Order: sequence, then structure tokens, then C-alpha cells
Amino acid sequence: MSGLMLRADKVCKSFGRLDVLCGVDLEVAPREVVCIIGPSGSGKSTFLRCINHLEKVSAGELWVDGELVGYRQAGGKLQELRDNEICRKRSEIGMVFQRFNLFPHMTVLQNVIEAPVRVKRQERGAAVDRARTLIDRVGLSDKLDWYPNQLSGGQQQRVAIARALAMEPKLMLFDEPTSALDPELVGEVLEVMRRLADDGMTMIVVTHEMGFAREVANRAVFMDGGVVVEEGEPRAFFASPQHPRTQQFLSKIL
Amino acid sequence: MIVLVIAATIAQTVFTNPRFQWGVVAQYFSTIQVLGGLLATIELTIVAMVIGIVLGTLLAVMRLSPNPLVAGISWLYIWFLRGTPVLVQILFWNFVSALFPDIGLGIPFGPTFIHANANSLIGPFVAAILALGLNEAAYMAEIVRAGIISVDPGQTEAAQALGMTRLQSMRRIVLPQAMRVIIPPTGNETISMLKTTSLVSVIAYSELLYSVQTIYNRTFQIIPLLMVAVIWYLIVTSVLTIGQFYIERHFARGTARELPPTPLQRLRGLLFTFHAPPAAPSALPPGTLGGPR
Repeated sequence: MSGLMLRADKVCKSFGRLDVLCGVDLEVAPREVVCIIGPSGSGKSTFLRCINHLEKVSAGELWVDGELVGYRQAGGKLQELRDNEICRKRSEIGMVFQRFNLFPHMTVLQNVIEAPVRVKRQERGAAVDRARTLIDRVGLSDKLDWYPNQLSGGQQQRVAIARALAMEPKLMLFDEPTSALDPELVGEVLEVMRRLADDGMTMIVVTHEMGFAREVANRAVFMDGGVVVEEGEPRAFFASPQHPRTQQFLSKIL
Repeated sequence: MIVLVIAATIAQTVFTNPRFQWGVVAQYFSTIQVLGGLLATIELTIVAMVIGIVLGTLLAVMRLSPNPLVAGISWLYIWFLRGTPVLVQILFWNFVSALFPDIGLGIPFGPTFIHANANSLIGPFVAAILALGLNEAAYMAEIVRAGIISVDPGQTEAAQALGMTRLQSMRRIVLPQAMRVIIPPTGNETISMLKTTSLVSVIAYSELLYSVQTIYNRTFQIIPLLMVAVIWYLIVTSVLTIGQFYIERHFARGTARELPPTPLQRLRGLLFTFHAPPAAPSALPPGTLGGPR
């Protein structure tokens, strides 16, 4: 596990009698960009949510940066971590949601400084300075005092990315970040993500944007039925998928 | 038209029926005794609502806790206090000293540290506050809970993903948004509380109703003195309604693109349009869509 940013070892997750993840194995190195694709219901989003313990895994192990997610090993047994420890670990992982989930009662600036001030106990002035830089980087420096519902979907998602980056995460998770956007707004969000990848951020992206996966990702992963069916270097992966289920899926969407 | 006729008839009765004795109403309207009762009513309302809101919010958060014991305690509290009439609760707290003559703070079955005589500790005011406040908390808990579950779960998830604890996300993210749903029924509860305080007259606490009762027991001018109480209740209720408007407006931040104008702004807007010169209709060529008809 040394040196890996993420290691998933036979991760299973079931909701009641519904098995969503049935043994996911995946390794992600630092600075790597991995795109997860697959049909809906294949467990992509659930897997992502397990990584920051928004969902508890039912079986298997998840390691982020060498530490077990959500549990502690004590005498060969697994013990769930206390709430504040889970929170501290979550604060090191950024997450961007399909439906943005900005805080509607706060301005753009307040959205971005909230967690640094409350969770990391950063001094307010410093947090504001850093937030300005981040908001500038996603191209919204003229919208600091606007409320989320005064922004377009693409702008909201860019704010959401800035909000996640404000915690200086070592890993960024993107859960279908462009699926709720009008087609003409997808590009601006992908552009921000592309620059983030160029800056060396470790990213796991669940997406339906095959173009982005092909051009930006270091690796494409195809999930179906709760397992990783196939993974590979994106160009080869899209040009000549090996597994019949991957072939079938790609033939439908490309 | 029918409404106008009915309104006129009522107005005529109210103002011409001599048995209303408006002179007596005016005479007692602002006496020390009535104003004292009014003040006590307002005080009771405020303190009971503060207890209700604070304890109710706590109960709502407890009720939604993943810990079944914590949630269960909250459920039991709400079940009990909502299941018994508030008048009975008022009487109960008033006579609680009969049940527990000595109230102490200490370890169960162990030593007690602080002793107090229940009779001196729980007078009519404390009994009234306890009964009204604790009862209100049960109702407020359900109102706050409704507000909390009306907030998109994605908000909690986003807060958690940023590393906020359950309490942080509740206080900073969920509750401020829940306010929009919580405020209108809370305004309702406050107005309702103002009137419910009149029940406290049964334990001889001299709030507004008990004060006028004391006067009419002496003078037998029952109707005019009840009118005094009615008018004061209406005045305070109206003030509360106005207050509610401004609080609602404050918590609408970020939900409406434009806040509704305050009555003052509306008045100013109205005056402004009166002063504005009328638009010159001749500027539009005849027959243009939207031109003068």
C-alpha cells in the first residue's frame, strides 16, 4: 500500500438485500487522474461515497494515503472511528457533487471560507485571501458576493470545486460533475478540472464525458454490476476494449 | 357587497349597543392593574417561547439522532407532553409540591447536594413558565424537525464531505435553511402562546385575563373589561405579525432572487410613482402593440 493514494481491496456494499458493490479492487497513485465509467446502477457513485465514508463499506478494505477509511485495526479486529476522527479524514478529501450542493444561504465567498474557518480553524482573513485566489482560478472573481441561485449551473459547479479545494485536499472525488448541466455549460467545468489535473491533483472522476476521460485521465476504469470489469490506458481502452461488456457499453454511447 | 353589509351591521352593533359601555373600556384600558397584567402576559409569552424554542430545537436534533436511546428519549417527551392537556399541566406544576415536597440535586440513591422547598421554589410564575414552556417545547420540536427534514440531504452530505461534524453542519448549514420552514408556524405558536397564557389565570397568576377578572369581580362590568383584554390581545398579536414578516424576510436570503418589499418600501414606491411624470403616449406610433388602448 506504500505510496498509493487509494487502495480498494474487495470492497463490498449492500443496502439491505441489494448488493451494490461486490468486491471492487482499485489502486490509484498520487497525481493520477482516474475516470470511472459505467452504466447507471453499476455502483460508481456508491464506491466514490465509500471513499470518504459517506457510506460505510459492508466488507473489504479501503485505504486512503496509507490509512484505513473509517476504521482502526485493533488486535486484528476492526473498530469504527469516532466521529471527529472521521471528520478530520474527510476534510482531507475533496468531493464535488452532481447537483453542486452549494449552501444557498451563503454567498460564493462564504461558501468557500466556511469549512476552512470552521473545520480547519483558519484565521478568517487568511481564509478570505485564499478563497479569493481559488475563486479567481475558477474564473468567478466578479461573483464573490453573489448567492448560488443567482449563478448558472456551470458557475455553481466551479464554486463547488473552489470550495472543495479550499480545504487543500490530497484527493479529489468528482461524482458526475457535469451530468446536471446544460450542454453548453459542460465545457467550462471540464476546463477547470483539466487545469486541476495539470497541476498534479489526484482525481477520481465518475463521469459520462468520454472525451474528458480520453484526453485527461491517466486511466479509465469500467465498472458494471458492482465490480471493476476492465481498466486501462484511456486511448487503448476506448480504441479496443477487451471485455465484451465494455465493448457493449462503449458501442452504445460512442 | 354582502361582506360590506355584514361588516357595517357588526360595526353598528359594536358602536351603538350601550351595553358595551365604551366609556368603562376607556376608563380601565390603561390602568396600572391592566397594564401590569399585560406586561405579565407578554413576559410569560416571551419566556415560555424561549424555553419552547431552545428545548424544542434540542429535542428535534435528538429525535433525528442516529443513537436510538437519544431519539427515544425525545420521542417519549413529545408523546407525553403533547398527549396531555396544557391546562392539566398548568395545574400539575402548580401542585407539584404536593408530590415532591423537597427538591434536591444529587446522586440518585446517594447524597443530595442542594435542597429546596418545592412550595417556595415553584410559585405560580415558575409553575406557569414550566407548564407553558415545557409543553411548547413538544410542539416546537415537531416544527423544527419538519424544518430540518425539509432541507435537501445533499446539504448535509456536502457539509460532511468538507469535514464538518454533525453538530456543525446542523448549526451552520441545516438549521439556517430550515428556518424558512420553521418561522411561519413558530409565529403561529407565539400568537397562540400569547392567548394560551390566559389559562394561567386558573392558578391565580395575575396576567392580563386574571387582572381584568379581578376588576370585574369587584365592579361587575364584565363585558367592557373583557373588551379591554380583547383589544390588548389584538394589539399585541398585530405587533407579533409585523415582527414575523421581517424575520421571514431575513431568512429568505439566497432563496428568492429579490426579497419582497417591506411595507415602508412599498409605500415609498407608491409615492414615487405618483410623483413620476405620466409616460407620454404620443411617443408611440398609433397601433403599436402595447400602446395606449
